[in-house]
Amino acid sequence: MTLLQIAFFFLSALALASAILVITRRNAVHSVIWLIVTLFSVGGIFLLLHAEFLFAVQVILYVGGIMVLFLFVVMLVNLDVAVKQAQFSRQWQLALATAIILMAELAYGIYRGHQGFTLAQTSAVPPTIGNTQAVALALYQDYMLPVEIASVLLLVAMVGAVVMAKRKLE
Amino acid sequence: MVPVSHVLALSVILFGLGAAGFIVRRNIITIFMCIELMLNAVNLAFIAFSRYLGDPDGQIFVFFVIVVAAAEAAMGLAIIIAVQRNRQTLSIDDLDSMKL
Amino acid sequence: MGTTFFQRADYVAITPEVVLALFGLGILLIDFLIEEKRDKYLNAVTALIGLAMAFVQLLRFWRGTLLPMPYSGFGGTLVLDSFAIYFQSLIVVATAVVVLISAKYLEIEEAHFGEYYALLLFSAVGMMFMASGRDLIVLFIALELMALCEYVLTGFLRGDRRSNEAAMKFFLLGAFSSGLLLYGMSLLYGLSGSTNLAVIAERLADRPAGDPLSWMAMTTLLAGLFFKVAAVPFHQWTPDAYEGAPTSITAFISVAPKAASFAILLRILMAGLWPMREDWKLLTIGVAVATMTLGNLAAITQTNIKRFFGYSTISHVGYLLLGLIAAADGNPEGLTAIAIYLLVYTFMNLGAFAVIIMMRRQNLIGDEIDDLSGLMTRAPGLAILMLIFLLSLAGIPPTAGFIGKYFIFLSLIQTQHYVLAVVAVLYAVVALYYYFRIVVAMFMKNPLDSVPLATSTGLSVALGVTLTLTLVVGVYPQPFILFAREAVRPFFSF
Repeated sequence: MTLLQIAFFFLSALALASAILVITRRNAVHSVIWLIVTLFSVGGIFLLLHAEFLFAVQVILYVGGIMVLFLFVVMLVNLDVAVKQAQFSRQWQLALATAIILMAELAYGIYRGHQGFTLAQTSAVPPTIGNTQAVALALYQDYMLPVEIASVLLLVAMVGAVVMAKRKLE
Repeated sequence: MVPVSHVLALSVILFGLGAAGFIVRRNIITIFMCIELMLNAVNLAFIAFSRYLGDPDGQIFVFFVIVVAAAEAAMGLAIIIAVQRNRQTLSIDDLDSMKL
Repeated sequence: MGTTFFQRADYVAITPEVVLALFGLGILLIDFLIEEKRDKYLNAVTALIGLAMAFVQLLRFWRGTLLPMPYSGFGGTLVLDSFAIYFQSLIVVATAVVVLISAKYLEIEEAHFGEYYALLLFSAVGMMFMASGRDLIVLFIALELMALCEYVLTGFLRGDRRSNEAAMKFFLLGAFSSGLLLYGMSLLYGLSGSTNLAVIAERLADRPAGDPLSWMAMTTLLAGLFFKVAAVPFHQWTPDAYEGAPTSITAFISVAPKAASFAILLRILMAGLWPMREDWKLLTIGVAVATMTLGNLAAITQTNIKRFFGYSTISHVGYLLLGLIAAADGNPEGLTAIAIYLLVYTFMNLGAFAVIIMMRRQNLIGDEIDDLSGLMTRAPGLAILMLIFLLSLAGIPPTAGFIGKYFIFLSLIQTQHYVLAVVAVLYAVVALYYYFRIVVAMFMKNPLDSVPLATSTGLSVALGVTLTLTLVVGVYPQPFILFAREAVRPFFSF
């Protein structure tokens, strides 16, 4: 087993364990903290897969931006009441069964078909240009249009958040 | 090198955990966090494919998924604040003004 | 993929969207300058000007004077063909009608803010890219742009508990469905090594029959898309979102996003997953029958009119999906039927909502079916109009609704799906029954109140437009059928 594989298994175990904690903790603050751990370990796997740019985005944007926003809101709302309320749906067995079936189906499909990704493995050659450079080139040459649509999307998110959360609109 | 099937297996399990949490949990904020878990599972799959195809498009897709996740988070949390202000609760069970 | 930057023609191809986005920004700015509450209608006028300009530009595209058709731009991520232009025009006109019916209603709700119109325009931008995108990334981000606008607009009445709740449910289920959709997209990308639909179709054709991976990619992708079009079993958000949203937005989300979601569904299935048509045909048959069954049967017992229209929409989605089944057998008429059905559905539904929205008056919510009681004695003209829209929704000739259903049935018969055709006709009878409940209330019952209806110039214009189209398409459908045939040609030229 190479160092790379050991790192991968360690990070996967961390990601899975913290993901389970996210969905089982009673207190929303704990869930947020565990979600941050999951995001960090997934980010670590990004790094192992040579997606350095996205690792940075994951840490700065996801953990540093989105999760802090989550924490803010969790602190804003009344937690004492929330912790005492029922945390799990009454039909949780049924729900869990559905999710497990979905998971098993996907896992079976991938197990049966993973040979199908033949195009894979061939290009284990290290890329000639840096990851950030490759991403930037693709982003601003081939995918200029989505960048432009994303600008409108972010504007909408901003306007929408103000509309929904502001106390009084004039 | 880590085989692509390993990464995909991790992504499927994470996705399943997110989906299970989405269905099982009752607190809106936690449900929302489960959606973030699902999106991360998707990102992992995209990056694995991108790595093994030697093609940056998958990473571009992840970039946009993160952009959308940020926008959704801002919006979703604003909606959560609006709901909380109107009824002082964040349990899905209390969202019952309309019959199902 | 090209390595050069873009040409002028690429930007010409997105001018309608650019115009709408700029007008949206303009409204956000103008809104600051408007001091008087009663001058807020200026925002609506601005929005209408923007939509009119976009529509004119679309007409020029259709005539092919600006760009050669079909035009593929931005390195193949965007394609401007007759299909895209047809749906974009439909979206622009539907949004314009929604702007017309909104102003008075928002004044009564005391929520007449410029952001409303800006969000409508931004959402139209997203929907237009859903019709013209040919790359999974463009389609995904356009879909999210539309969806985010819908969530905010659904919760736009912030003080109203039902509106908040609807926004919350809509948002959570929408985000969940995006997750499913994305998982399907990631598998599709892994299989084909590309996000471009044309390349995906090529690679999928090389895969062996019954390949588990492509099947999985297809089912997760379709589950996400069926959420967006509100097909059973992914319809749960529809009745709640429809009931809680402001009535003008209920009208909006029942037509324009429906058209856009069908555009993206057709584009992905016909251009990307065409090699797997036998697989998705089977899935669609099941979903279509379930959708028609649930939509039609659940509509019978509703008492809230917006909820009622939620289920009515679901049943119409069932009919639309039937067209897809015929198309999977290589019959272009199936897609023609969908295009024409969406056109007539848009106008008859908007017309019905224009009448319903007048029931919302100062201190009177007016969203129960009983609120329409005795409309005939109070406002005979309106009652007749509503009758025409309802007849059209039920599919009675000579209204437009009949043309839509007729083409769906025809395409099913041409492809030998006799059982499905019979089921569809039977449910049309059920639909007749529940639409008649409203007619009975309007013509046979006594009015509950005597508060005058909330009329306005915008509403009259909207009623005029929708009525004209509902009748003209019903009586003289020929040109519209030609448009629809032209619109679906890109999918059957290979």
